[in-house]
Amino acid sequence: MTNHWRDIKNADVILITGANPAEAQPVGFQWFMRAKLDPTKGPGKGGGAKIIHIDPRFSRTSAVSDLYVRIRPGTDIALYGGLMNYVLQHDLYPAEYVTNYTNASFIVKESYSFQGGLFSGYDVARREYNVKEWAYETGADGFAERDMTLKNPRCVLSLLKQHYSRYTPELVSTITGIPQDAFLNVAEIVGQMGKPDKVMTIVYAVGLTQHTTGTQMIRSGALLQLLLGNMGRPGGGMNAERGHANIQGNTDNAISWDLLPGYISVPMAGDETIDEYVKKHAPKKLDPRSWNYLGTNYKKFTVSLLKAWYGARATAANDFAFAYLPKPSANSSWLSIYDQALRGKMEGLMLSGMSAMSIGPDSNQILQALSNLKWLVVMDPFPTTSSEFWHAPGANAGSIQTEVFMLPATHWIEKDGSFVNSGRWMQWKDQVLQPQDQSMHDHWIIAELHARVKQLYVSHGGAYPGPILDLAMEYRNPVKPTLDEIAQEVNGKDLKTGERLATFAKLTDDGSTSSGDWIYAGSYPPKGNMAKRRNGVQDPKKNDPTGMGFFPEWAWSWPLNRRILYNRASADLDGKPWDPRRPGIVWNGSKWVGDVPDYPPTMSPHDPKAWLPFIMTGEGVGRIWAAALLVDGPFPEHYEPTESPVRNALHPAISTSPVVFFYDKAAGRLNRFGTPDEFPIVATTYRLTEHEHYVTQWVPHLVQLQPEAFVELPPGLAAERGIANGDYVNVRSKRGMMHCRALVSKRFGQVDLGGTKVWQIGIPIHWGYVGLAAELYGSKSDHWLANVLTPFVGDANARTPETKAFLVQVEKA
Amino acid sequence: MSSTISRQDFLKVAGIGIGAVGLSELGFDVAQATMVQQQLHIAGATESHSVCPYCAVGCSLIAYTRTQADGSVQLLQIEGDPDSPVNEGRLCPKGATAMQLAVSKRRVGQPMFRAAGGTQWQTISWDDALNRIAQHIKDSRDRTFVTTDAKGKRVNRTDGIAFAGGATFSNEEGYLAAKVMRSLGLVYLEQQARV
Repeated sequence: MTNHWRDIKNADVILITGANPAEAQPVGFQWFMRAKLDPTKGPGKGGGAKIIHIDPRFSRTSAVSDLYVRIRPGTDIALYGGLMNYVLQHDLYPAEYVTNYTNASFIVKESYSFQGGLFSGYDVARREYNVKEWAYETGADGFAERDMTLKNPRCVLSLLKQHYSRYTPELVSTITGIPQDAFLNVAEIVGQMGKPDKVMTIVYAVGLTQHTTGTQMIRSGALLQLLLGNMGRPGGGMNAERGHANIQGNTDNAISWDLLPGYISVPMAGDETIDEYVKKHAPKKLDPRSWNYLGTNYKKFTVSLLKAWYGARATAANDFAFAYLPKPSANSSWLSIYDQALRGKMEGLMLSGMSAMSIGPDSNQILQALSNLKWLVVMDPFPTTSSEFWHAPGANAGSIQTEVFMLPATHWIEKDGSFVNSGRWMQWKDQVLQPQDQSMHDHWIIAELHARVKQLYVSHGGAYPGPILDLAMEYRNPVKPTLDEIAQEVNGKDLKTGERLATFAKLTDDGSTSSGDWIYAGSYPPKGNMAKRRNGVQDPKKNDPTGMGFFPEWAWSWPLNRRILYNRASADLDGKPWDPRRPGIVWNGSKWVGDVPDYPPTMSPHDPKAWLPFIMTGEGVGRIWAAALLVDGPFPEHYEPTESPVRNALHPAISTSPVVFFYDKAAGRLNRFGTPDEFPIVATTYRLTEHEHYVTQWVPHLVQLQPEAFVELPPGLAAERGIANGDYVNVRSKRGMMHCRALVSKRFGQVDLGGTKVWQIGIPIHWGYVGLAAELYGSKSDHWLANVLTPFVGDANARTPETKAFLVQVEKA
Repeated sequence: MSSTISRQDFLKVAGIGIGAVGLSELGFDVAQATMVQQQLHIAGATESHSVCPYCAVGCSLIAYTRTQADGSVQLLQIEGDPDSPVNEGRLCPKGATAMQLAVSKRRVGQPMFRAAGGTQWQTISWDDALNRIAQHIKDSRDRTFVTTDAKGKRVNRTDGIAFAGGATFSNEEGYLAAKVMRSLGLVYLEQQARV
């Protein structure tokens, strides 16, 4: 989230797409309801914030929304494109913000074009774009050319108008299935949110993420927010509602193939030295008034990380052990892991708190991948569908040669450490209980494995042992590090004085500082662990001095305890808040006050050299245009899901994303995608309040509340197929079958795609062949894994699987 | 302000609404009775602070424990922390039953091992399991280690081992996992945010 949970109370309009917070994050949803019930909020004269819910399923979120609109999954870019077109056509965007705070004025090279569904630079054989064709026009000084009048036909605003002029209400309706009048009702409300005294927040979850166009889908929402001047403002922003306790923190700390801690790039093959790596990956300064904070300090963050990992072994003479960092040559993401296993190239897999069999996609193919491994380690408190995959229904244990280890790991409550919530709040928790039975902490298991592998290399030698032997495990007990010690390492210190750092501004690139994750520098300064702070609503006047809900002394928020990212954009060019009732930061004549400024604290907005507002980007402003950041286009464009009931109404010849990677095809495996003649129904997966992914299958009360797998069908479809509520049904995709009960409900329905009528159904993901319900239902649980149905294909950029829009057939069992 | 006082205030507020219903339908105040029962349940208990292990709202929890005569610690109750600006004491059905996740007879009690082609689990000691996995890591690493890739670029990685996990890893566990796995040469390193 650019903002945070409590901040949603500050919004006038809450636009929810690809999310169902009332059920998935019910306690966070209280802040939505408080906005709705606050008469000072809302469009026009107020009367309460308007909640707009756009989703394939009518849920409890829809029930309390002011507008519910049913959409076909996988078409949100068409929706957002249509909304941008409406705002542009009706001239509803705030000129001062768009001109000065976004790259609307930047001039794009003449090599850019968009025709027939393809951006310029497309290589048909490689299915790749040459993204350099989308670069800015630059001058001799290397800075981008700009036209502050926004009249240049190749400035970003002109190109934006041109690109989305195709997204008419009629076409939006044909693609999304949203009736034109319903779309215009939404557009009329959203269109008011470009006024300075109004603000809208966009809330999304994996309903936007899990598509072959997921990155661009989220980006299309962010573009609308920039166009309306809502980024950086209280009550605004682009807010991902994450579904796992520390999914945010573990992204920040980079258990991710493409990242190092703090969102710096993983070094790739060809990055031979730190300087080459920084030159290739650090953002470039594109305007004389851009601070380009990340780009300018990239090397400091990299060297300080290597000092945290390799200590005294990382020296200027050895390029701070940069050679020790492993460098991928190709995509190494979740899908790639199983693809490599299917190709027989992956020998071992360690899973902790994640079950590949349940998560999928295409669980039948995942089962084959796990069967191809030499060894599998599962670290979890409970058995999972992965620890038990070798005797899954239909599997022949005797023929599966994978050695499997089930290591009982401790629960969150048996250790301390911090969780970082969706709003970037780092909250420390106590160790409440001792580990149950023989359970061991995950970090001790990992430290033990390091120590034992290291000993094997010391005794026997082997391939390139340096990075293992030299790793700094400088904890009081190297095989039993405390989480407090690690939190201090993550924060970082001045290596000359030994003192912990209070800010990343003190990091250096000469090896005199360390920090395991620069965005956490300041979380554990000399005065102590900030994440333990507990000054909350027991005294709101004292603990929330601005009244905006920042609660600066409750826990800690990265970076630097800032509660709203990009908050310089919450104030106008003079430093005054766009809406005085909802200030983010304010220039008081000598400094910025309010939230922790995302800006130099004493830089006057009247200084002719004052930095532009978005200090982290090379442009210095928010990016409506993505010059070279994404592989599939500088603007979001609607492409159909890989499995779709219709051709793309914008450009039927280029129907799906032209740059999506097809694993099975590349590896020579059989086609596993279905077509609408055989599988005419659109399916989407979803989650229930009473379960969290798969672990709650072991919680008796929750299994009692939601005991049995089901699929949700609209009454019309059920009637067509002779299915009554509660009947057992078979749901098939090209990849597999689910057998479970049907819940017939009006929450799902049919969409009309310009005359083509398509049924949509929903499948909760929580069940499988392991857990209390599986034991209770016996062989009836054999075909409960929802992800046997989902396709083995991912987003063009992130390779996140397309589990939210695929084709199935349904029949009475 | 101690969290005990604020907790009582919270219950008082909660009791007004629910109590009215209880009185009208059952003839006595259910909320009041529940409050008294809960207070007896946690009287003199140790209060600890935790955070809900499920979604990323980050609701603060108060865990009540009591040390038994044999020195073991018993978890009595988990409830929402009224001081939190995130949840203000509220919990959803998952958070409210977090105690059943924390303490369960169904947890795996000791390390288990399934041999290649085996049809059942065998118990294994921690020492044996960790040694055996360490040997697997070394063997797979040595077999699949790539110093320079096909284009002659220095890559120093192992292509034969992957690690995935950690949405309930604390920040600090996750950081250590990434650090150690990269030191082993892993590039196939993923977590829940991807899927």
